[in-house]
Amino acid sequence: MQVEGKVWRYGDNIDTDVIIPARYLNTFDPKELAKHCMVDIDETFAKEVQAGDIMVGGKNFGCGSSREHAPVAIAASGIPVVIASSFARIFYRNGINIGLPLLEIGDDVEKIHANDRLKIDTATGTIENLTTGDTFHAHPLPDFVQEIAKSGGLVNYVRDHGTLG
Amino acid sequence: MGMNMSEKILASHSGRDHVEPGELVICDLDLVMANDVTGPPAIKIFESMGKEVFDREKIALVPDHFQPAKDIKSAELAKIMRDFARKNQIVHYFEQGRVGIEHVILPEKGIVAPGMLIIGADSHTCTYGAVNGFSTGVGTTDLAVGMATGKAWFKVPEVINVHLTGKKAKYTCGKDVILTLIGKIGVDGALYKVLEFTGDGVESLTMTDRLTISNMAIEAGAKAGIFPFDETMKKYVETRVKKEFHPVNPDPDAKYSATVEIDLSTLKPVVAFPHLPENVKAVEDIAEPIQIDQVVLGSCTNGRLEDLQIAEKILRGRSINKNVRCIVIPGSREVYRAAMSNGWIETFIDAGCVVSTPTCGPCLGGYMGILAAGERCVSTTNRNFRGRMGHVDSEVYLASPYVAAASAILGRIATPAELDD
Repeated sequence: MQVEGKVWRYGDNIDTDVIIPARYLNTFDPKELAKHCMVDIDETFAKEVQAGDIMVGGKNFGCGSSREHAPVAIAASGIPVVIASSFARIFYRNGINIGLPLLEIGDDVEKIHANDRLKIDTATGTIENLTTGDTFHAHPLPDFVQEIAKSGGLVNYVRDHGTLG
Repeated sequence: MGMNMSEKILASHSGRDHVEPGELVICDLDLVMANDVTGPPAIKIFESMGKEVFDREKIALVPDHFQPAKDIKSAELAKIMRDFARKNQIVHYFEQGRVGIEHVILPEKGIVAPGMLIIGADSHTCTYGAVNGFSTGVGTTDLAVGMATGKAWFKVPEVINVHLTGKKAKYTCGKDVILTLIGKIGVDGALYKVLEFTGDGVESLTMTDRLTISNMAIEAGAKAGIFPFDETMKKYVETRVKKEFHPVNPDPDAKYSATVEIDLSTLKPVVAFPHLPENVKAVEDIAEPIQIDQVVLGSCTNGRLEDLQIAEKILRGRSINKNVRCIVIPGSREVYRAAMSNGWIETFIDAGCVVSTPTCGPCLGGYMGILAAGERCVSTTNRNFRGRMGHVDSEVYLASPYVAAASAILGRIATPAELDD
């Protein structure tokens, strides 16, 4: 998948409580969750995000609760891919499982700023920063995880294969 | 080549003799667990798959987060889970009045046991490492697929050896051990890794200490936090677990990616300052008094009988500070009942505490003690992220029941030593 969009830039240790606060967890309707995404640290995000925009965080993105509502809220906001220095492991699993590409790029993330325009090939993990001219490569995904991504998530993978493995 | 505990459990559940860090394995699950926040979306996904549950005895559904229902939407969530449990005759479904906090009741009732492989749609599922299980938090999709297939995929993790020596220092408990560890290695110090606890210091830790420590492994980014099987654990599980189980211990030549040393005798009562569990300071090093508005005693981290006992001894014959609300939440019906027959509930009420039925409640800002802007809370819970317990401009200080109870009396962050004659 090729995507091009504007960057919403966040810092280190963005936790799932700020991605979608627990007071909104009494629903799992993706559109409803998207209305409150990031609200506690950025009130403009839910109002102004455009489909195709890209979310970029620092290290340990998505730490905290296992709530899959967090990647669901981000995806339902129209974000096609999240880039970070590193991801917390449950968030990472959840992203893979729901078919939201997550690209881990380590310290290169410092070269991406708010409102930069990025062009990304999620299959190869190549990220071009059109604003600065830099190009980065995400850490490759293990083969099995790529298979899940190709199926469009874990549920589709199980549908395609009848079971897991 | 020897294996650590994580490798042994992942190997035995994927039909292999040996696994190595970095390998991807598909494993058979011994238990799949969810609560009223994560269960309903998983049930929706599960039902879209058109499959039967893999084993009605290996699924646990615990409505503990927003129940008794805090609002209409939460009541609807509980109903989805209740209807699903009835339809599929789920054995380990707990109705209100018989329920407790998931990570308190599953060990207490012997539903989790040594050597088991467990996934739960709750990040604190790592608690069951305290009973020697490889147990890890997942999202709703993994849970749905787990309920349908009895399987999950795992990357075999690297393991950090947390080598414990010495005996617990006065007024410290498991909470100080895990907060000190998180303070040392950071909130991503064990990212993608497992914490395995070894050393002769393990002996001096009670099961309550270990459950608290494993519970917060996720707060260092860990996939699991596992204790070896010893006499203390044997005594705990043999009266509770009714089925056969297979404990694991590390081989003498097991491989670890790193070792962290902690001498328990040097620990001090600590507090994690807002807004990350790694912002750990010894209470005695706090220069200016930090006035507080609320104390919460409870949660899957510190809602067990021994935690309430620690608080009760401190609160007995004393009064909660006039500027503080103190909320006590026993973690299960068993804990509540024992606290009541021991006379501790009376102590709490006489001291001026609110005593609640078991619930996750305020820990995640659900209900039963939400904070207003500018308020400060000392809490025995597990996360102090921005807005975690209420308003985005409120503050949570994580601490042990010792520190929480002493702070409730003095109206500022304090240790019980300050109350000693």
